[in-house]
Amino acid sequence: MKEKQITPDFQVSLFTRMVLIRKFEEKIVALCRESYQLPGMQILANGQEAVATGVVSALEPEDIIVSNHRSHGHLLARGADLNSLMAEIMAKADGVNCGKAGTLHLSMPEINALMTSTVVGAGPPLAVGAAFAQQYQALNGVTVVFFGDGAAAEGSVHEAMNLSGIWKLPILFVCENNGWAGAQRPEEHSAVRQIHKRAQGYDMPGQSVDGNDVEAVYHLSLELLEYCRSGKGPAFMETLTYRMRGHGEQDHQHYVNPEELEAWALKCPIIRYRRALLNAGILDKAQIQSIEQDAEARVAAAVAFGDAGPYPESDTALTDVFVQAFNA
Amino acid sequence: MSQKTFGNAINDALSTAMDMDDTVFIAGEGVGVSIHLDSNMPTYGLLDKFGRRRVKDTPVSEAAIAGLAVGASCMGLRPVVEIMFFPFITLASDMLVNHAGKLRYMSGGKSSFPLTVRVKAGVGFGAGSQHSHNLEAWIAHSPGLKIVWPATVEDAKGLLLSAIFDPDPVIVVEDMMLYRMKGELPDRDFRTPLGKARVAVPGTDCTVIAYGMALYTAMKALEPLIEKGISCEVIDLRSLVPLDKTCILESVRKTGRLVVVHEANRFCGFGAELAAMVAEEAFHDLKGPVKRVGAPQIPVPVASSLEKVFIPGPEDVVRAVLETMNK
Repeated sequence: MKEKQITPDFQVSLFTRMVLIRKFEEKIVALCRESYQLPGMQILANGQEAVATGVVSALEPEDIIVSNHRSHGHLLARGADLNSLMAEIMAKADGVNCGKAGTLHLSMPEINALMTSTVVGAGPPLAVGAAFAQQYQALNGVTVVFFGDGAAAEGSVHEAMNLSGIWKLPILFVCENNGWAGAQRPEEHSAVRQIHKRAQGYDMPGQSVDGNDVEAVYHLSLELLEYCRSGKGPAFMETLTYRMRGHGEQDHQHYVNPEELEAWALKCPIIRYRRALLNAGILDKAQIQSIEQDAEARVAAAVAFGDAGPYPESDTALTDVFVQAFNA
Repeated sequence: MSQKTFGNAINDALSTAMDMDDTVFIAGEGVGVSIHLDSNMPTYGLLDKFGRRRVKDTPVSEAAIAGLAVGASCMGLRPVVEIMFFPFITLASDMLVNHAGKLRYMSGGKSSFPLTVRVKAGVGFGAGSQHSHNLEAWIAHSPGLKIVWPATVEDAKGLLLSAIFDPDPVIVVEDMMLYRMKGELPDRDFRTPLGKARVAVPGTDCTVIAYGMALYTAMKALEPLIEKGISCEVIDLRSLVPLDKTCILESVRKTGRLVVVHEANRFCGFGAELAAMVAEEAFHDLKGPVKRVGAPQIPVPVASSLEKVFIPGPEDVVRAVLETMNK
């Protein structure tokens, strides 16, 4: 069981995880800028590290994660191996999914990051299945599904919330409200401004939290996970945060008010937590620098690992469609 | 062996699988408590036998039903979910096409999805185009999905049991017009392998491939053709994906002619794939043009006078065979 009292050691681990996620994704930005050969669309969660870290740190090992196109933080917080994760983002044969997932479709069942879907709003129905399996087999786990405020407009999310409400499935719905669905604001894509209020309609508790406050996210996650784990059914958490880098790296953000972006930059979850830990005397500047350097070194090593590895052999394009292959 | 209906045979397969393996469960709209009180319905009596833990009535939510199957199968269960009418599979198609069919590939082979989707299909009961629309070509066109279509009482059980215990996603299409058809059925667990067609009637002059209800349309064409001195070899395809090319090509190489029959729209229908495959692989064995018998490119009409225009009949098969024989 997770402790409700946060110890200084645990605070340091929360901070370290957030820094690692930030450094990992900053490296991806740098690789994109260098016209590096990263395939596909790079979709990052810069500014949302406290959500991934706060929620995932509250999970038990048996809990399941279903993620989406903005998944790096969820996986890194869950303890993904940096080397094979970076290699997959580079679409290398040594990647976690043999170069068949790339950045967007990562799945790491070995750490219970069971599935990722980039079809917006598809995660919740998949989570219904995972949580049903947990309930059916009387496992103690909870399934956590991450999706955005934009995804909340999909009919599939409604179906999943309704069904899990009827069957009392152990699902924690985590809606990362980052203020944008593509170039559209919440007032353009949601009839209610507070998406967690929809939870009432499915007979589940729904709460919102400052998504840039890692400890607040952690505490609310613990509370709602305990509710799900006790057999009472699903719960809904809306984390209020901000999408700092646009939808993906090709996003020009021409529609974003620069002042708004600056204001959110000041609310950066990592800057805030660094300040809090410094003020509380839990970390000093040298220790913080060491954590940052360590993260940078690990990321650099992952890039080197990915660089050194080969691309998949072309004949593997035809494998892994079915368990039992046949000639089509 | 005992006399059973096609619907009983499906029921028997579900019951056999659930007896054998606790990871098998069924879910769908009315699979537990149905609006029909009819022992020929495939899930009749299963709620009483297995209880609410394993027989799950769902809300009217096809995306969630299919998501349930995908997610639960990824966790090691063997879900058997039902789509009440074939056209409603459009509502489940994101979960089937983008997830059941792709997630294993994109995982690099780490995950598998041993799920079964039973789809109730068929035309000929005046239900109109939103309850009658055979979309097998859509499924077959999507990588990562298998699709089978039993035509006999025995295969209704044998194919479904194979699908349930197959490690990959399988769509099993059930022609509702066959639910009351009777036949001999083994009581034990037995499997009809996926990907194996069956020569239903041996013959020498022309190969006729059909599946599901269309098999019986093809059968009805045999007698008038025999009267004209033409012997057809009828293949019950049983499995669209995987496709039994060996059986088809052996037959076509022998007869030199091919007619494909299905109740789906002819244009871009599954028959086009069969025709193309045979043209590519056995062109030099062909003595006449490959002919396709299927529905016109219209939605399924309601009035029986119009529905008859839609559904291919034995006379259409006879005409197609005569055309390819140049008679």
